[in-house]
Amino acid sequence: MASDSVFAAVVRAPEDPILGVTVAYNKDTSPNKLNLGVGAYRTEEGKPLVLNVVRRAEQILVNDESRVKEYLGITGLADFNKLSAKLILGADSPAIQDNRVTTVQCLSGTGSLRVGAEFLARHYHEHTIYIPNPTWGNHPKIFNLAGLSVKTYRYYDPATKGLDFQGLLEDLGAAPSGAIVLLHACAHNPTGVDPTLEQWEQIRQLIRSKQLLPFFDSAYQGFASGSLDADAESVRMFVADGGECLAAQSYAKNMGLYGERVGALSIVCKAADVASRVESQLKLVIRPMYSNPPIHGASIVAAILKDSEMYREWTVELKAMADRILSMRQQLFEALSARGTPGDWSHIIKQIGMFTFTGLNSEQVAFMTKEYHIYMTSDGRISMAGLSSRTVPHLADAIHAAVTCST
Amino acid sequence: MASNVLSAAASASPSTSPVTDLLKGKGRLGSGNVGSLFIKDKGNPFLNSKSCGRISMAVAVNVSRFEAITMAPPDPILGVSEAFKADNDEKKLNLGVGAYRTEELQPYVLDVVKKAENLMLERGENKEYLPIEGLAAFNKVTAELLFGADSPVISEQRVATVQGLSGTGSLRLAAVLIERYFPGAKVLISSPTWGNHKNIFNDARVPWSEYRYYDPKTVGLDFEGMIEDIKAAPEGSFILLHGCAHNPTGIDPTPEQWEKIADVIQEKNHIPFFDVAYQGFASGSLDQDAASVRLFAARGMEIFVAQSYSKNLGLYSERIGAINVVCSSTDTAARVKSQLKRIARPMYSNPPIHGARIVANVVGDPALFDEWKAEMEMMAGRIKGVRQKLYDSLTSKDKSGKDWSFILKQIGMFSFTGLNKNQSDNMTNKWHVYMTKDGRISLAGLNLAKCEYLADAIIDSYHNVS
Repeated sequence: MASDSVFAAVVRAPEDPILGVTVAYNKDTSPNKLNLGVGAYRTEEGKPLVLNVVRRAEQILVNDESRVKEYLGITGLADFNKLSAKLILGADSPAIQDNRVTTVQCLSGTGSLRVGAEFLARHYHEHTIYIPNPTWGNHPKIFNLAGLSVKTYRYYDPATKGLDFQGLLEDLGAAPSGAIVLLHACAHNPTGVDPTLEQWEQIRQLIRSKQLLPFFDSAYQGFASGSLDADAESVRMFVADGGECLAAQSYAKNMGLYGERVGALSIVCKAADVASRVESQLKLVIRPMYSNPPIHGASIVAAILKDSEMYREWTVELKAMADRILSMRQQLFEALSARGTPGDWSHIIKQIGMFTFTGLNSEQVAFMTKEYHIYMTSDGRISMAGLSSRTVPHLADAIHAAVTCST
Repeated sequence: MASNVLSAAASASPSTSPVTDLLKGKGRLGSGNVGSLFIKDKGNPFLNSKSCGRISMAVAVNVSRFEAITMAPPDPILGVSEAFKADNDEKKLNLGVGAYRTEELQPYVLDVVKKAENLMLERGENKEYLPIEGLAAFNKVTAELLFGADSPVISEQRVATVQGLSGTGSLRLAAVLIERYFPGAKVLISSPTWGNHKNIFNDARVPWSEYRYYDPKTVGLDFEGMIEDIKAAPEGSFILLHGCAHNPTGIDPTPEQWEKIADVIQEKNHIPFFDVAYQGFASGSLDQDAASVRLFAARGMEIFVAQSYSKNLGLYSERIGAINVVCSSTDTAARVKSQLKRIARPMYSNPPIHGARIVANVVGDPALFDEWKAEMEMMAGRIKGVRQKLYDSLTSKDKSGKDWSFILKQIGMFSFTGLNKNQSDNMTNKWHVYMTKDGRISLAGLNLAKCEYLADAIIDSYHNVS
């Protein structure tokens, strides 16, 4: 019997940087510890939240004797797909009416991005995707593994803690014709910095003039501003000009369905027959990856979206979450102002969505973890969803100390 | 015509130009001609136009970038169900489906599953992300179910178990690991095997070849051919084995044959790679159906095992399964697990909770576990019952003396009837019996009431069609 393992060459992979923050947090025994790492919503009491309307929908599903657990088709739950397309593109979208959109159920945002990227790597002539600098840490990995090569375009300006719009236009302007461009539909992760509508229009014109292919990542629709329509404006602008684009949608945050892995990939095409052929090819990507998608989360989403009363209830709960985040932003900003913390902290209230790019550097972050038991990613990103009125003062103290102490 | 369109578009207002009509799907300039014209014309005026306002609608006019994409062929297995649905004959029978049906030919949700879901709802658990490797409680009970709770591979913590998206997803994680860490290594798959196996390895860019398995002359196992082909494979190949209830043939090696297969695999330093999609569903006994895997584990071999709960817990659409890698040491298993996580993260980040919780609740609770075993015995028993009735019907109706006993010897959901493509077509066209072209029928889609009808169809197709 061989004592050598066939896996001798397999080294231990490092912990995922974002998820590793929670691992470290869990090990800390301090009563003051604060987890501002992973982007999952927390209540004012610091607890995970399952939306009431989700519980209602789940109850209905589980109690329905006629429901079975038969395989979904490769593209997933049909109702879910139609409703998801309407949610992101608008119920009256001409692209939908013209049957030019193919929508397939995928495993949340990650799965939708991966399936879309694999499709492009196989069937699209340009294999470079431009991603904003910075972006969600998992983006480059998804695209690389799908077979695309990754380049960046300037996005965040540390000097203003806002958008480097000129840099963005220059870099996309220099991209080869036809290249793919990843765009965060709203609530950019990790910076919280979004283009204005006017800036979106300029981006759109540039992208169309260079025949770049937009690929939207929409993980926060409704969660950013509190309005589902407002948060989809960027995507709809691109669809309105009749051009093609891809959109990855996630229900992890806006419906709190994180662990159910519910999302959708929509590809808006020039013509119905193109959309139909594209869909057939998407199936060939999906079948050898996981055959068909999981039913539970998609059924919950479909039940809520198709019932006007539940839909309304959802929008109310969604707005409450978004409002709580806005309130945390306001409170943190005021707390820092009250402490006279040096620097301009207005970006806290200008940025949008779950995350704030504080502008703190990695030494300051390490200091805050060590001295104040604040857990966050080393790029200075904090999840506002992890804050409460009770914990804002502690965070403000920590930031104040980090900024005023010379390390 | 084309130049008119160009100039018209350049001065068009968005609402009325022929270009806009094109965008709206009205007006045709010949299919595909318009597009190629614009692509060839690099000096396309409105692509370079500076008057952004007016061209905002027209800028997008060119052919779809996906125009050249062809329609992919439909999935061979799913196409059968679609054809069945379209058939209005009342005698129709769907034997293509790889999902269990009751005697009334209805889909079946296990009672223990309903109980577990109700428990979960009562508890009001949250929906937070699982860790990348999945639900810990699920991984624990899953490995124990497969290897036996008292197996040394469990007590020595030598198994890396990662929750995957049913069998397919688990196979895919393993395939990517193989591509990364065993570059150039080949996977040998049985001839025939489940149709999606080759797709998984193709997409993961793992080379594969076949080993002989099905012998059409005996409608049984070509054991000599299998051993020869495994022996002939380059050292260190991965050998894909069906743990039990081989799909599509229903033909499994005997325990003695499994020992010999393990011998030759060890001899050649191959790595066994089990696909276990029917544990408990084949014989009715969870332990018996895991005997092949446990035989290899007992020899101290390093093994890959992809597991699915689709059939044995009826959780088809919940996509719940696992990839298990038995390693030579605890540390190795930890490293392998970390690398499997690295593969899952850019594919779907973390796996879905619902199915995992159902399994953890059923398999982890002694009372529900016992109830599950009973339901599983019932399902496996029904399949065995229809096999017997079909065999009896064939034997009594067929006067040719042909030996139909392979129906009883085969095991699991599927049977390879030995019918060829023409004969299978006859089953469908004349008798409205839907099955796959390779002659495979799903016993799960058959009930006692229809056995005689099916026997008539098979006898007719076998003897009267070539």
